[in-house]
Amino acid sequence: MKHLDVSAIKDGSVIDHIDNKSTLKVADILNIHNEEQVVLVGMNLTSKLLGKKGIIKIGGKIIDKKEVNKIALIAPNATVNIIKDYEVVKKFKVAVPELIEGIVRCFNPNCVSNHHNIESKLHVINKNPIKLRCHYCERIMSAKDIVLI
Amino acid sequence: MLVKIISKSSFLFGFTYMFGRENMGSFKQRDIISIRHFHKEELLYILDLARQMEQADYSDILKGKVLASLFFEPSTRTRLSFESAMKRLGGLVIGFSEPGITSAAKGESLSDSIKTIEGYCDIVVLRHYLEGSAQLAADVVDIPIINAGDGANQHPTQTFLDLYTIQKTKGTLEGLTIGFLGDLKYGRTVHSLAYALSYFATEMFFISPASLRMPRDCMEELRDRKVRCHENESLAGISKKLDVIYCTRIQKERFADPVEFEKVRGIYRLSKAMLEELGIKNDLKILHPLPRVDEMDGSLDKTSFAVYFHQARNGVPVRKAILAAVLGVLE
Repeated sequence: MKHLDVSAIKDGSVIDHIDNKSTLKVADILNIHNEEQVVLVGMNLTSKLLGKKGIIKIGGKIIDKKEVNKIALIAPNATVNIIKDYEVVKKFKVAVPELIEGIVRCFNPNCVSNHHNIESKLHVINKNPIKLRCHYCERIMSAKDIVLI
Repeated sequence: MLVKIISKSSFLFGFTYMFGRENMGSFKQRDIISIRHFHKEELLYILDLARQMEQADYSDILKGKVLASLFFEPSTRTRLSFESAMKRLGGLVIGFSEPGITSAAKGESLSDSIKTIEGYCDIVVLRHYLEGSAQLAADVVDIPIINAGDGANQHPTQTFLDLYTIQKTKGTLEGLTIGFLGDLKYGRTVHSLAYALSYFATEMFFISPASLRMPRDCMEELRDRKVRCHENESLAGISKKLDVIYCTRIQKERFADPVEFEKVRGIYRLSKAMLEELGIKNDLKILHPLPRVDEMDGSLDKTSFAVYFHQARNGVPVRKAILAAVLGVLE
């Protein structure tokens, strides 16, 4: 099988080492449906670390911090490569921040953050497995409760 | 290390705490939002201050201070005991208990209401039906916010007075066996009290119908804190172990579906005869945050077990202690 070269796009972002089953969720986070440049999505690729992994390449897009934080919540092993002129100019592993603001909806329907025009805010109380505590209503959410905004 | 408490006002008293200071944060201008924000030493500090409030006259230490009492949900004990506490310390009270007569009825946001009211008072006591509303209020103003109940989430001052009542009637908070009975799913007082008691090597029994069990996250948190806790659907077999029963009302207002409420309504009804039949410790104490509906029979009221009306009265010294500490009269 031909090696997948992360520099195969001229400029853009490559998200590698995505947990295989989370690949399409990461694609949603990156809103690839509205991209006009090259987008490559690979799944079921062999990975020493994960067994099977996913990879997404997006031409012409530098992913932002908010997107990185969202990806960290559902694909904590993912790495991000920023490509410029076919070269990797920056590479980093996603990391779950201590505080998650504005990207996850509190799962408690009676939480004030779901009724008032305020940004959701969740404290990360455990990174692996992920556990979040709502800053407002204090309810604890695990991975299955996470709904991205 | 010893902590010395001396009033700033003309009234002077002094007493000494035997607690470690390392876990003692200042109460001055502090928001009282969740019991989770307090260390054991801080809980005990307020309980000792409440005891002082019962023993001496502090009738002018909050002179000139204004409390805004904002109740977006019904309340009898919490609202009146806060207002009584403030007035007994010489302070003034403004506020409402009918949100329908405020700008909230015109669609004003909670944030805007609180920011406006901040200009009229020194401290706010807030009860609101949305969980997290007190934290939201605390985030948008500089004056201290006291959470008087936010939906099914927290009611920290009730917890302080529950602890105070247990300590007063049992002589200690350490190493007790406590049964929580009734609506454990929506009962915010249960969630807060269970968390607070986790500091005191308490063994906890949670007795409820399956549909009203303690929330999963509360149980996980207690187990993470190494609390010996058990879940049961009946008092049978455990009643003799209990030092305290903390009984709660099954709250009709928390049920979206009235059919679900009817299924559990009246499922527990404590009575003197029932407890005698089950077998209990002679020095058992029964607490209830009140109001009660049909979960506790009047036959209990005159027994030595019943301390719920004392518990309600304890709301005043405990809330006096909290108001005095937060408004910085004591430091």
